[in-house]
Amino acid sequence: MDGFDYHLIRDTAKDLYIRALKILPDDVKDALRRAHDAESHSGAKKILATMLQNLAVAEAKDLLVCQDTGIPIYKVRIGSQIQVDGTKIESAIRDGCKNATLEYPLRSSICDPITRKMTIDSTGTRVPVIDFSFLPDADYLEMRMMPKGSGSENMTWLKMLLPADGLKGIKKFVLECILDAGGQGCPPTIVGVGIGGTSELCLKLAKEAIFRPVGRANPDPAIAVLEKELLEAINMSGIGPMGLGGDTTALAVHVETAHTHMTLNPVAVNSQCWRGERSSAKIFRDGTVEFGF
Amino acid sequence: MSHVSLIPPLQEEEIRKLRIGDSVTVTGIVYGIRDATQIRIFDQGVEPPVDLKGSVCLHTAPNVKKVGNRYYPICVGTTTSTRMDRFTPRLLERYGVRAIIGKGGLLDASVRAMQQFGGCYFAIVGGAAALETTQIDAIEEVYWEDLMPECIWKFRVKDLGPLTVAIDSHGGNLYAQVQHEARKKMQRLLEELSGPDAKSKLQN
Repeated sequence: MDGFDYHLIRDTAKDLYIRALKILPDDVKDALRRAHDAESHSGAKKILATMLQNLAVAEAKDLLVCQDTGIPIYKVRIGSQIQVDGTKIESAIRDGCKNATLEYPLRSSICDPITRKMTIDSTGTRVPVIDFSFLPDADYLEMRMMPKGSGSENMTWLKMLLPADGLKGIKKFVLECILDAGGQGCPPTIVGVGIGGTSELCLKLAKEAIFRPVGRANPDPAIAVLEKELLEAINMSGIGPMGLGGDTTALAVHVETAHTHMTLNPVAVNSQCWRGERSSAKIFRDGTVEFGF
Repeated sequence: MSHVSLIPPLQEEEIRKLRIGDSVTVTGIVYGIRDATQIRIFDQGVEPPVDLKGSVCLHTAPNVKKVGNRYYPICVGTTTSTRMDRFTPRLLERYGVRAIIGKGGLLDASVRAMQQFGGCYFAIVGGAAALETTQIDAIEEVYWEDLMPECIWKFRVKDLGPLTVAIDSHGGNLYAQVQHEARKKMQRLLEELSGPDAKSKLQN
């Protein structure tokens, strides 16, 4: 007996899905407000004001912020001081995801990739996407959730650059991606960049990067400089909110790295729309749940 | 830049007056359509069960709930239009659609069709679906329910917007203009980043 209440995990997984669709993280809201206040382009300022108005309406009327219920992603981190049955966690999250969809009810956006047949409960083969990792010295289980919208998920790129392309090649690739995306993906976006690893790890790093709160720089100072440099370059483009022109094309650039093979130079870009939807919870053994972003 | 309030069905002259950058709201009937809807119309050759002449179409697949025989909106938002770009010229030519509401814009063939047949693309603020939902008074009819949620939705809307005329009927395309400007602004930086990376060679 591991002492963990898997019903609590199920219900928390459900709550996280609905919370993420309704309550935006404070760091994202603050970034949008700052962007609105600083915007010099009148059309862009109006669009940013509409975004802020939308958040107020969603809160006042208890509505979803966006219609896209996304593809549900759960990132689970298991504390070293707890013992849990991974298979039970997996099925509890799956059930929570189903319950959120059927009971709220949410639009299920999930379909078979070959037949395109829709499922009704936001689950399917390998969906929700569940990822497990571990936390040292922690006496809780952490669940981070993101209902990843397709508008921004379609704005994803991976390039296996050559080592000789160096960091310059990486920067150029990121900027080209943003220019190609234009108004697609609902800018101002949070741009996630993965550098290094294998191809699939590189993409995973880019996704991990968009889970990070806006304004929190990479702890490695050299990478933090790269983030700042890329953000300034992206906002210099003038693509602006919704691609209709303006000073704010991205709210943040987050870079995550991994070591790679000496002959590889992979770079991945995965963007998150202006809503920056995410939610998180810490579940303690005594049944306490702490919600956050 | 001016603000115009539109009530469909729209006439060609109303559309021809609009220019990119204008601000628009729509009141009355708007039809919701999406990928699967247009695949059925154009790839499978099934005639739509509604007259789309002069209509305004919205790229959407809403969250709804059904009570009895009626659907009620939970959350109605707008999806990225470029996925449905290839259907748009025929939507204008064959069915007389006058305006598309979407996000992200459309590509060259659609821009040309809007110029030729008198159509406009109105950019909504993507992701601002809570606001959009409050502007939907009712879901009057739903056709092709088997495509749920990508059916044809007949919405009654009030002051839907704010919308920006992003593609007009004179060949104007605000997205292309912004992107062209962006490439110009970034050109020098991109050129600087194009050469060999001397630093990375030193590291080798």
